Amino acid sequence: MINPEMFLVNDLTKVVKMAMRDGYGEGLVEAGKRNPEVVALCADLTDSTRTDLFKAAFPDRFLEMGISEQNMMGVAAGMAATGKVPFVNSFACFSPGRNWEQLRISVCLSGNNVKIIGGHAGVGNGADGGNQQMFEDIALTRVLPNLTVVIPADYQQAKKMTLAIADYHGPVYMRMTKPKREVVTTGGTPLTIGKAQIFRLGKDVTVFACGAMVYEALAAAEELAGDIDVEVINVHTVKPLDKETVLKSVSKTGKVVTAEEHSIIGGLGGAIAELLGEELPTKMRRVGMKDRFGESGEPTELLVKFGMTKEAIIAQIKELI
Amino acid sequence: MTDDLIEIASLLRAEVVKMLTMAGTGHSAGPLGSADFWTALYLGNLINYRVDEPWWEERDRVVLSAGHYCPILYAVLAETGFFPKTELTTLRQLGSRLQGHPVAKMSPGIETSSGPLGQGISQAVGMALAAKLDNKKWRVICFMGDGEQDEGQVWEAYLCAAKYALSNLTVVVDRNNIQIDGQTEDVMPLDSLAAKLSAFNFNVIEIDGHNMADIAEAMERAKVTFEKPTAIILTTTPGKGVSFMENNPVWHGKVPSRAEEILALAELKKQ
Repeated sequence: MINPEMFLVNDLTKVVKMAMRDGYGEGLVEAGKRNPEVVALCADLTDSTRTDLFKAAFPDRFLEMGISEQNMMGVAAGMAATGKVPFVNSFACFSPGRNWEQLRISVCLSGNNVKIIGGHAGVGNGADGGNQQMFEDIALTRVLPNLTVVIPADYQQAKKMTLAIADYHGPVYMRMTKPKREVVTTGGTPLTIGKAQIFRLGKDVTVFACGAMVYEALAAAEELAGDIDVEVINVHTVKPLDKETVLKSVSKTGKVVTAEEHSIIGGLGGAIAELLGEELPTKMRRVGMKDRFGESGEPTELLVKFGMTKEAIIAQIKELI
Repeated sequence: MTDDLIEIASLLRAEVVKMLTMAGTGHSAGPLGSADFWTALYLGNLINYRVDEPWWEERDRVVLSAGHYCPILYAVLAETGFFPKTELTTLRQLGSRLQGHPVAKMSPGIETSSGPLGQGISQAVGMALAAKLDNKKWRVICFMGDGEQDEGQVWEAYLCAAKYALSNLTVVVDRNNIQIDGQTEDVMPLDSLAAKLSAFNFNVIEIDGHNMADIAEAMERAKVTFEKPTAIILTTTPGKGVSFMENNPVWHGKVPSRAEEILALAELKKQ
């Protein structure tokens, strides 16, 4: 059953679709109002990343860096070193894709309070083709010491997460996808960085999901209801991983499926496998990109082709049970 | 005053030789070649800092972008009084604050983490930009190598510094013409660096990097330049002060043996 403590939308069959980036853009303006030290940097993708809202509200605190992601990351680190709270904006394929070394040394090693926003991750840049579709960013960021990695589940959570990371002291990577997707959380849904959320209580199998795959997991659980009782956990913070919640759920269900719009290597599935491998070896399946690049197509077509859908989750659950 | 500074620079060179010999690995030529600049900067009253309050809000930010020069920065910081000179011999050793490449805030006076070349200049630009946004009076000095100019990030940062007219930023490039694989003009031709920086809208000042008076004058000129950042190109002799190291690219990334240390210290003592 749906966890009443999470205050999700009442009817999962009638959800609205909204873009995470809109939630982010609105959240950033609010963060800017609350803290005058918040600044936004962007590498020539202001409208796409929705930093145009911040630019309109705080023109002096918006810094257009041009198409130079490496410099942007370093400039943000330098600003953070003086007390600013910089939000670094681009597509995930470029940031942290292109400027990973700057993220590693200028931001993480120094512990600079920079927020890196990786937009259009996963299949979001569909028609643009494989080189713009980022399925490796969780792996790239999760491995870095001092870095917190968060992935909001929907528009509403992206808005809330933006405010949370603005208040949080330390480097954070926030990953978002582009398309309008189902909004499952509400203004009342709690959010604490580092605390995974049990969206649906079940006893037969646990699905750990992040980003838009959380909705797919909930939909899969609804479809299987009656036959298989699925627990769905929204792992919005992949690092640090909420070990307690993960282990508690798996102790109960004994079966695990992970679901992410990311490579099955090094992302959420990897993080869960590392933990379970050491603490509670459990049979598991990973839904995600299977060690391949993307290609041109509509995002919805690509999700089907690459097997990152409700159906893919159901198939993996059935295989386990 | 200038004579005092020259004497201190020689002492610091000797410290660098001792530190590197003890450490057994590291870079010799750049730190020795730039000793005069570092001495002038910290002990010639060219920047604002407080030894007893290293993170004083109004301090000038000195960003070492070429992290491998750190032995001379550590030596001058110790000479200035930021930490005990006895600590210098811990360079590169387990548990030392004096890492082989600097880590931000690990010891007083170390503003950024550096090593991967090109990263310091962007951070310096970020600091200068933040200072400008808040109308702060402190200045940012970013020290770079000439080989470092090969990195694309450096030119991204220069574009950005010019865009925001960061007159509170002074970039110092040690033009010693060597890098690990040999002469800079063979590895990746850089000339004319001055013309390139001028084209990037910097106020460019070329000086003899061993002349204390020239260094002081260039730093003063940077302070009274408005609407654009300043780049000071130091012409230096790599390995300066130790005859067998001077102008030999081999010494870029090599340290003296015990026997070479004795020879080097004997030469430096006479200066």
